[in-house]
Amino acid sequence: MDDISHNSQLTIALAGNPNAGKTTLFNSLTGLKQKVANYPGVTVERKEGPWKVGGQSVNLIDLPGLYSLDATSLDEQIASDIIRGVQADVLRPDVIIAVVDATNLERNLYLVTQILEFGVPVVIALTMIDVFEKQKHEIDIEMLSVLLKTPIVAVNAKSGRGIDELAEKAAEMIGAVPTVPAIFNEVANDDDSNSKIFARYNFISNAVQESVWHSDQTNHRVSEKIDRVLTHRVFGLVILVAILLVVFQTIFSWSSLPMDLLEQGFGSLKDGVRSQMPPGILTDLIADGIIAGVGGVLVFLPQILLLFLFISLLEDSGYMARAAFLLDKLMSRVGLHGKAFLPLFSSFACAIPGIMATRTIENRRDRFATIMIAPFMSCSARLPVYTLMIAAFFAGQTFLGFISVGAVLMLAMYALGIFVAVIAAWILKRTILKAPPPPFLMELPPYRVPNIRTVLQNMLTRAWLFLKRAGTVILAISIILWALMYFPRTQTTPAATVEVTASSTENILAEPLPEGEQLRNSYAGKLGHAIEPVISPLGFDWKIGVALIASFAAREVLVSTLSIIYNVGSDENEESETLIAAVRDAKDDDGKQVWTPLTALTLMVFFVLAMQCMSTLAVVRRETNSWRWPIFMMVYMTALAYFAAFLTYQGGKLLGFQ
Amino acid sequence: MILTKLPVGQDARVTAINGQNSVTRRLMEMGVIPGVSVQMVKTAPFGDPIEIRVRGYSLAMRKNEADSIEVSF
Repeated sequence: MDDISHNSQLTIALAGNPNAGKTTLFNSLTGLKQKVANYPGVTVERKEGPWKVGGQSVNLIDLPGLYSLDATSLDEQIASDIIRGVQADVLRPDVIIAVVDATNLERNLYLVTQILEFGVPVVIALTMIDVFEKQKHEIDIEMLSVLLKTPIVAVNAKSGRGIDELAEKAAEMIGAVPTVPAIFNEVANDDDSNSKIFARYNFISNAVQESVWHSDQTNHRVSEKIDRVLTHRVFGLVILVAILLVVFQTIFSWSSLPMDLLEQGFGSLKDGVRSQMPPGILTDLIADGIIAGVGGVLVFLPQILLLFLFISLLEDSGYMARAAFLLDKLMSRVGLHGKAFLPLFSSFACAIPGIMATRTIENRRDRFATIMIAPFMSCSARLPVYTLMIAAFFAGQTFLGFISVGAVLMLAMYALGIFVAVIAAWILKRTILKAPPPPFLMELPPYRVPNIRTVLQNMLTRAWLFLKRAGTVILAISIILWALMYFPRTQTTPAATVEVTASSTENILAEPLPEGEQLRNSYAGKLGHAIEPVISPLGFDWKIGVALIASFAAREVLVSTLSIIYNVGSDENEESETLIAAVRDAKDDDGKQVWTPLTALTLMVFFVLAMQCMSTLAVVRRETNSWRWPIFMMVYMTALAYFAAFLTYQGGKLLGFQ
Repeated sequence: MILTKLPVGQDARVTAINGQNSVTRRLMEMGVIPGVSVQMVKTAPFGDPIEIRVRGYSLAMRKNEADSIEVSF
């Protein structure tokens, strides 16, 4: 049943310029039933959903925004291929709904003329008509429709205006043989492509002249006024920094409560599993491997949701384009596009959404260069590590009596990441990702009040992608790491295993000694010993080695692993007094102090630069569609981290620090 | 004269697009073709890129991209 209806199902595609209101219209036509996936082999998002047209359900595809069928980016290429009917995997659309912004008619119609040349049935959905009319312009839709030989429907997704009519017109156009306006046939065989462009615009100018009356050129007065402040030479930059600070502050403060709740939730889930299931390997796997591992990643979901909320708001309001405009000069100095700013900024919360946000960068080499440096931005998973180290060794210390050493160190870690990222970008853009600077050419769309529905939908889609991608990989890695720390089993006294009852299990397992002992003899412990010669020039012993190995799954795992190693119980967090004391007092096998302020600093430097996040690597694999890039990222970042940590430790020792 | 030499706020008419590459092509597809009127709106804080108005919308571009645009007023 499903198959039959699928085969005979009609396809309608929504095409239009970026910022024309395409996504808002799509959301209102398909509601919540849309699916988001990728086109095969590439990372361009494929959005589709059912739409009721003339009594039947058609498959509505939301194409990526494009200015012209002569593509300059991957997004445009895919959209263009679908319109032409040459994209594998997608049926040639039966009807194309061309979304046209009434306030930006001429340039929006350019794409329409190109689509009309193909002879596909087209219905024009005229958006922003309310804004247009409010500005006292008038448009004779019938006249324009006659001139373009194409039905036009004025729509407003919010009020529902024209939505039914759009469906009617689309139904009428199914199977129609459209008449191509004569002008296009004349130039169709002309191989000078410039004259084609001129002919299209001439045609458009004439059509618009006959059907539109402008009251005055006041179109963008409001946006211009806002822009006078937001892109002001001085205030523009100050406001940009202020916006970023507010966004960050809000992300961290709003997310702390749900994150704590999630953490507690996973904690009780773990306890629940322990108390309900018989003790044994399966219980351990579920509690310590799966729940702890996956829970550790899901805890970041509130931050990711909030970050995408702000990104969507900034994007939808039109501000993001201004940020790129303000910063392009700085970004282009290291060979990047102004648009790279947003993904890099997002990476301070988490590199995963940051890397996903590089999709807006059209040029492949620029995009990859941005992806390769994004993880240098200190993400929130590094915070627990910085916090623990600072709390243990630099707490309460001040410079000049009032500047906190901890705060300065924290800031220095962020600065180090940015500094290395800039140098890495500079080198990458001159070597393996060598390319001329990409064109900046970009529309600055008028400011608009963000559409809440679009913003929320975008946020949820991104969050779901994060869960799906990071979730699967993290699950696998968590199980592997758990196994490394769990096997081989150290013999426990038989008495303990025999006498356990459901209620006493927890007490026995919480006994610190066996847990630390187990870890020492596990494969992870052996690996720690094996890498000791490599990490001892950094001042790290094998125990830190075990924690480092574990932290390659996710950075914050370092804290819980150190807790296990120092036998303070794995539920300790980075601010726990016992863990801080344990780290401070830890002795190596010869009874020497393991940790000094210098070791702590070295570890922090290592964490700034090292690639210790499986989820990021998994996302890089998806976004670059190859294993080469994540492997390269892992190797070069970790080598850099080792080198920098080596310099820090050995340099520090030479300077007389311990 | 070249577009980038236009003082801020000045209206002008495009007389030619010099050169033939992907940037000039995209410029023309975005509506910057000979005969169209443009206005220099502003320069970004670090002196580059610039913003122009053309066909009722705002278009930002780097100065070296705007160098191919010849205008007169």
